[in-house]
Amino acid sequence: MTILKPTFLVLIILTTWQLLVTITNIPAYILPTPTSVIGATISNVDTIWAHAIITFIEMISGLIIGTILGSFSALILCYYQPMRQWLMPILVISQAIPVFALAPILVLWLGYGMISKVAMAVLIIYFPVTAAFFDGLKNTNHGYVDLSHTMGASKRSTLMHIKVPAALPAFASGLRVATAMAPIGAIVGEWVGSSEGLGYLMLHANGRMQIDVMFAALLVLAVMSITLYYTVDASLKRILFWAPEKII
Amino acid sequence: MNLNQTFSVSIKADRLAVGSTLLFKNIDFTLEKNEWTCLLGPSGVGKTSLLRIIAGLVPNIKNVLIRCSDNNPINGRISYMAQDDLLLPWLNVLDNVLIGFRLRSEKADKSKAENLIEMVGLADNVNDLPYKLSGGMRQRVALIRTIMENRPVVLMDEPFSSLDFITRVKMQEMAAELLNDRTVLLITHDPMEALRLGDRIYVLSGRPVEFTKSIIPEGTKPRSITDRQLIKKQASLLMQLSSASNSGSK
Repeated sequence: MTILKPTFLVLIILTTWQLLVTITNIPAYILPTPTSVIGATISNVDTIWAHAIITFIEMISGLIIGTILGSFSALILCYYQPMRQWLMPILVISQAIPVFALAPILVLWLGYGMISKVAMAVLIIYFPVTAAFFDGLKNTNHGYVDLSHTMGASKRSTLMHIKVPAALPAFASGLRVATAMAPIGAIVGEWVGSSEGLGYLMLHANGRMQIDVMFAALLVLAVMSITLYYTVDASLKRILFWAPEKII
Repeated sequence: MNLNQTFSVSIKADRLAVGSTLLFKNIDFTLEKNEWTCLLGPSGVGKTSLLRIIAGLVPNIKNVLIRCSDNNPINGRISYMAQDDLLLPWLNVLDNVLIGFRLRSEKADKSKAENLIEMVGLADNVNDLPYKLSGGMRQRVALIRTIMENRPVVLMDEPFSSLDFITRVKMQEMAAELLNDRTVLLITHDPMEALRLGDRIYVLSGRPVEFTKSIIPEGTKPRSITDRQLIKKQASLLMQLSSASNSGSK
């Protein structure tokens, strides 16, 4: 039942798209039909696959590194209160400058390879993870903390056994947002300067008027992003089986 | 912790303020050794604040002297039971009962915990997560967790107030039996609960707070809810509470 509704929705979108192109006679270089996009995907499967792997590695690496750095920052902010006045402005500034504007600089500094794209993804992912996890740590039920205090727990023990598990649902929300944003970092990085990846393939196909290939790359990117999101979502639901459904 | 080394706890302060609010003036109040002391009073009078001060949960409190009759500090010798059961939702019943040991990185007495869980009728729920338990079952787990801490002083802040009447009565009996040998401070809104469980009852009113002369119910706890004397005293306590509530709202 759960798969039926999305499948039906996708079918409606594809049919509308196909009808729109057929009725309005939009040229294929503006909007190709879904059938030609699927055809282009099949006939270019090797090329698309090779580029998709690169983008996928960039997304996953960015997600892992960004999540680790974000979690670590949130723990520092919670544990060492004096650090807040030092770290918080950096966090805010990091979000005040649009990450997309940093893309050319990152490419200049870190080169045309994978590192600059991973760095872009890390910059995008870092903030939602830090903000959500820190919020969760800060808002731990005071009753738990009081109980822990009367039980003679150390500050570190309270953090590890009470605050961190209690903040996991909030962390999960941040991670979900980060997962949805991970492809943006990788693709924008590839647009600015690269020789591989789906972003590169899209620009390359666009330059050659292979609009169907461009759409094929976009389709694969969407499938990849949605799969990653639902995998992370399902894993979080499994790990946080104890949390109320409305929270996770 | 050796429970044989029980002691009384006295709280003295000329002025006791929380933030800018002066709660108590010339307070001299004692939790007698091995007795249940009950504090009754209208909402917001300062009962919970007093309990939290004794528990060391209010930072930057000065001018208050908390002294144990054995001359040792109270720190590390109290256990706390709140209105909310405070069960950690990610831990099962057994792990919740043993959370204190985990927090202190101590070796837990698992068999004692299992025996106590069985004693309160939760043997089949040892591995259940809190969301699977009813309110009464959750409070039983919280009670066992308090007992497992094995501390001579127990501070209880309206622990049964969210339970239905029948469950509350059963929980009162269970707590009276399991915490019989401890020095207990029980905060409650329920005069009958105070009369059933208290060795000494104080009604708190006014600002700064004043304590009434202690009321000492007869008989051993838990006293029967059908006891005529108790029902009479409940009526008189209700009158006192009502006038305390009126004086507080003036």
